[in-house]
Amino acid sequence: MILWEALQYEFMRNALLAGILASIACGIVGALVVVRKMSMISGGISHAAFGGIGLGYLLGFDPLYGALAFTTASAVIMGFIRERMGISEDSAIGIIWVTGMSLGVILIGLSPGYAPDLFSYLFGSILAVPSSDLIVMAVLDAVILVVVYFLYEEFLAVSFDEDFAKASGVPTERVYLILLSLVALTVVILIRVVGVILVIAMLTVPAVTAWQFSRRLNEIMLLSSILSIIFTVEGLWLSYIFNIPSGATIVLVSVVTFLLASALKKIF
Amino acid sequence: MSEVIRLENVWVKYGDIVVLEDINLSIYEYDFLGIIGPNGGGKTTLLKVILGLIKPTRGKVTVLGDTPEESRRYVGYVPQVTLFDREFPATVLDVVLMGRLGRKGILGRYGKEDLKVAYEALESVEMLELKDRRVGELSGGQLQRVLLARALVTDPKILLLDEPTASVDEPTKTNLYELLKKINNKVTIVLVSHDMGVISSYVEKIACLNRRLFYHGSPEMEGRAVEETYQCPIYLIAHGFPHRVLKKHKRSK
Repeated sequence: MILWEALQYEFMRNALLAGILASIACGIVGALVVVRKMSMISGGISHAAFGGIGLGYLLGFDPLYGALAFTTASAVIMGFIRERMGISEDSAIGIIWVTGMSLGVILIGLSPGYAPDLFSYLFGSILAVPSSDLIVMAVLDAVILVVVYFLYEEFLAVSFDEDFAKASGVPTERVYLILLSLVALTVVILIRVVGVILVIAMLTVPAVTAWQFSRRLNEIMLLSSILSIIFTVEGLWLSYIFNIPSGATIVLVSVVTFLLASALKKIF
Repeated sequence: MSEVIRLENVWVKYGDIVVLEDINLSIYEYDFLGIIGPNGGGKTTLLKVILGLIKPTRGKVTVLGDTPEESRRYVGYVPQVTLFDREFPATVLDVVLMGRLGRKGILGRYGKEDLKVAYEALESVEMLELKDRRVGELSGGQLQRVLLARALVTDPKILLLDEPTASVDEPTKTNLYELLKKINNKVTIVLVSHDMGVISSYVEKIACLNRRLFYHGSPEMEGRAVEETYQCPIYLIAHGFPHRVLKKHKRSK
């Protein structure tokens, strides 16, 4: 009831729409992330986004575009490090993670004046999503859907057995790079909802929950998108009632549901 | 008979560690070659060199008269079962179809022909009934068969198998070898294993690998070669305890 009442406000409608758009992306890409076991890479990419946000502040353009540039660049760098250099992937993630964060902090420090909605980029502010951002999110969603539609089999094969995929002629390096780029796009979509720091939660928790009840990758994608919509609405509702931060509430709702689902799965 | 795989003075090093040392090997069409050696002896590395997944530090590899990369699509690969995530969200059919990826092109989808070939392969390994089963619910032997089917749908001229009898019980083992025997009528087979008890009774030629390749020929257990590979007395093998060979070897280190 309260939710319908709340939906009379434009910011609430925008929040709901943003939640749905973000859920589509994080359900699909999150499934790929957990199956490929690359949640830490996603963490690195999402924190690198903060550098771009800082650049946006400094130069006065929409920080979301800065985030997009930085996540994409760090995805490409990550891909190359894995294929070409002698650094372990683990260390590379750590370095990219802290470089992005530090750059962000310095660039924001250099920006004139006070950065008013800085907190919202760190922890999300789904209640303050402007309509222009919704359009960006919808476009990124469309890109993700098209890419996954065409490369689904390749993603599946590369996650299951990279050597075999390579041996049977799949350009595994390119496929991996594309996968990282999808993560980069998804991170940008999710920043509005849960913020840079909690993005990794939305990429993993709904998908891992869905995995427990799915036999195939496409089932995980569908189920985790649905779960993610439920988590977002639930979190939004709770944050509205109790007047608490929405991003963190959404994440906690997801985690609690995951724990309950795991317990149920154990019992039955 | 024509030569299908040729390795000349092949060395592989990881950093300073020599994994393969000066390997020379010729494999001919319709050979059934078993390569035995202890764990860590470089068996998997050798298969990956033939597949072009690992570039040798030195030496030359020729597969079907071309580079390994060029000939890849004629080579079927059956990796070790133990390497797989048993929770992986894919069905048996999903996995077998992965063998058709190279043919459909990166943007294409699987067609009727792909499905037909996959069904036939599953039939031939007697796994068609379980095609919708999640791979994680299969036994080791069943998964082995699925991976074999996946390699078969590539329509290979050469089949490479890595420890196909690990985590498989005795009757399944025999079945598997009977199946390979049949496949061998049309396909050259190279199989690596540390389990020589079974290997010797089915394969036509045998080689021993422990960093260096020691012997290559017919499978009458050539005592000295095996001894050199495992660095332990031959009588253990003659008594039929292949696994004790390994244990002995580890202790002696």
